[in-house]
Amino acid sequence: MHLGESTRECEYSQISTRSSTPMETPYKKKTPKKRKWETFPGRNRFYCDGRIMMAKQTGVFYLTLVLILVTCGLFFTFDCWFLAEQLTPIIPVIGAVLFLFVIGTLLRTSFSDPGVLPRATPDEAADLERQIDVANGSTGYRPPPRTKEVVINGQTVKLKYCFTCKIFRPPRASHCSLCDNCVERFDHHCPWVGNCVGKRNYRFFYMFILSLSFLTVFIFAFVITHIILNSQRIGFLSALKDSPASVLEVVVCFFSVWSIVGLSGFHTYLISSNQTTNEDIKGSWSSKRSKDNYNPYSYGNIFTNCCAALCGPLPPSLIDRRGFIQSDAPQLAPPTNGLPMYGSTQSQQSHKQVNTVDCHLQAKAAHCDCPHNSGVLLQGVAHHTGRGPEPRTEAESHVRARFGAAAARQIHLKARGGGISSSPWSPLQIILMLGLN
Amino acid sequence: MAETHSLQDFQRPAVSSKVFIQRDYSSGTICKFQTKFPSELESRLDKQQFEETIQTLNNLYAEAEKLGGSSYLEGCLACLTAYTVFLCMETHYEKVLKKIARYIRDQNEKIYAPRGLLLTDPIERGLRVVEITIFEDRNIGSAR
Repeated sequence: MHLGESTRECEYSQISTRSSTPMETPYKKKTPKKRKWETFPGRNRFYCDGRIMMAKQTGVFYLTLVLILVTCGLFFTFDCWFLAEQLTPIIPVIGAVLFLFVIGTLLRTSFSDPGVLPRATPDEAADLERQIDVANGSTGYRPPPRTKEVVINGQTVKLKYCFTCKIFRPPRASHCSLCDNCVERFDHHCPWVGNCVGKRNYRFFYMFILSLSFLTVFIFAFVITHIILNSQRIGFLSALKDSPASVLEVVVCFFSVWSIVGLSGFHTYLISSNQTTNEDIKGSWSSKRSKDNYNPYSYGNIFTNCCAALCGPLPPSLIDRRGFIQSDAPQLAPPTNGLPMYGSTQSQQSHKQVNTVDCHLQAKAAHCDCPHNSGVLLQGVAHHTGRGPEPRTEAESHVRARFGAAAARQIHLKARGGGISSSPWSPLQIILMLGLN
Repeated sequence: MAETHSLQDFQRPAVSSKVFIQRDYSSGTICKFQTKFPSELESRLDKQQFEETIQTLNNLYAEAEKLGGSSYLEGCLACLTAYTVFLCMETHYEKVLKKIARYIRDQNEKIYAPRGLLLTDPIERGLRVVEITIFEDRNIGSAR
C-alpha cells in the first residue's frame, strides 16, 4: 500500500507538469479544445459550430430554397392582394402558414443529422477483424464480402460489413457514397435538400414534400383563379399583361406539381408499408422474389406503420457533433493499434502532430501477429489527467490498490459522469514512453 | 530501484483487454444487446450479474423506443409546434438515455469496478456495442 501511495505521488507530480488537470475548463486552456465535428471523418459540412450538418454538395439545396422563396414571394406580392379583396383574406393566411411549414420542414430536413452511424473505434474494429479471422480460419487473406445473417421476425436478413466504417451495418442501414457515412434506415440521398434522408429526418422530409405538394397545388389553383377572375373583367391577354409574375408562378407550379405530388404519393406508400426507397428499388421485400418474402419490419397495418414513422420517438444523434474531443479511457494495444490516444476515430485526427510516430508504430505493429490479449510490445499507455482525485468510494480505493491508480482514476471520472479531458500527448511524452518500453 | 519500479508502473497500462457485446438484431432494428456471456469475463464476473445488467439495459432501451400513447402524443405535439417544443423540453428518448447513464454509473460503482471491469455507455459507441474494459489484476501479475 505504501508503495502504491508513493507511486501515486510520483505519477501525479509527473503529470502536473505536462497535462492539464481535470478541473480546468476548456476556456482557460492555451489551445482551444476542438469539437468533434471538426474531425468528423465523413464528407459532411458543418455550420454554426456543429449545430447544422449538411452534405458536401449544397448547390441544389439553394436552388430549391430560391425556387420556393421566389414563387411564394411573387404570390404574396402580386396575387394575394387581388384574391384577398375579391375572395377572402383567409387565402393569404393559409398560404403563409403553408409557406412557413414548408420552409421549416425543409430546413429541419437539411440541417439535421439523418442518423449517421459513427465509425468503429480501433479497438472495436480490431475485435471484429479478429472474430472474422477466427471464423474464416485464416489470417492475412481478406475474403470477399463479409456478411452476417440474422433472422428477423422469420425473415433472413444479410448484414453487410462496411469496409469504410469498419462495422457490420445494422439492418436497413446503408452507406451513402456521397456523404461517406453509414446512415441508419437509409432512404436515399436527396440533393434537393442537400442531405441524406434517414432514420432521424425522414418524418421531416415527408412533411416537407407533403406540405410542398399542398403549397404548390394551392398556389397553382389560386393563381389560375386570379387570372380567370381578372380576365373576366379586362380580358385574358390584358390579365396576363397585368400580372406577368402570375405566368411565371403557373409555369413553376405546373412543372413542380407532377414530380412533388408524385413523390408524396410514393412516400405515402412507402410509409404505409414501412419500407425505405432503397428497399423498394431493390425489391427486397417484394413477393416477386419468392412466395415467402415479406417485410419483417412492417407492423401489419397501415395505421401503425404511419404512426411509427411519423409520430414515433425521435432517436438521438449518435455522433455528438458539439462534444469536445477527449482522449478516451485507457487504451488497448492490439496489433493494429498505434498510439494510445486512438480512443476514438475522431480524436485520432486531432492529434496530427504525432502522426509520423504513429505511422511508424503501425508499420511495426502490422508485422506483429499476436492476439491483442497477450499484452505485448506496444502497450497503450493509460491516460493521466493531472492531479488525481482522492478516492471517493470504497470501491475506488479497492480498485486503486489492486488495479492501479490509472484504473481507479478511470472509474472515478466515469462515475462522475464526465469523460476524461486532456490535452493531446506531446511527441516527447510518446517517445519517452516508447524508449522506456 | 523504487523509482524505476514506480516509473514502470507509471508506464505500464492497466488495461488488459476489452470485450465488445454486439447488438442483437433478431427482433428488428430496436436497440438490444446480446446476452451471451463472453468467455473473457468468466474469471471476473458472475454470468447471472452480467445477464441482469444487459437485460436491464435492453429493457431501458425498449422503454425509450416504445411506440405508445405517450410517444405519439409527444410526436404530434412536436409536429404541431414545428418541433420548437424540443428547445424547451427533452425528448422521451433523451430522458431515458440519462436514466441509462445513471444505471451504468451505479453498476460500475457497485459491481464492475470492484472486479476491475468498466462498462462504457453504449451511446458513446454509437449504440453499436457495450464495451467492457478489463483491467489487469496486479495481484496476479502483469500481462507481460
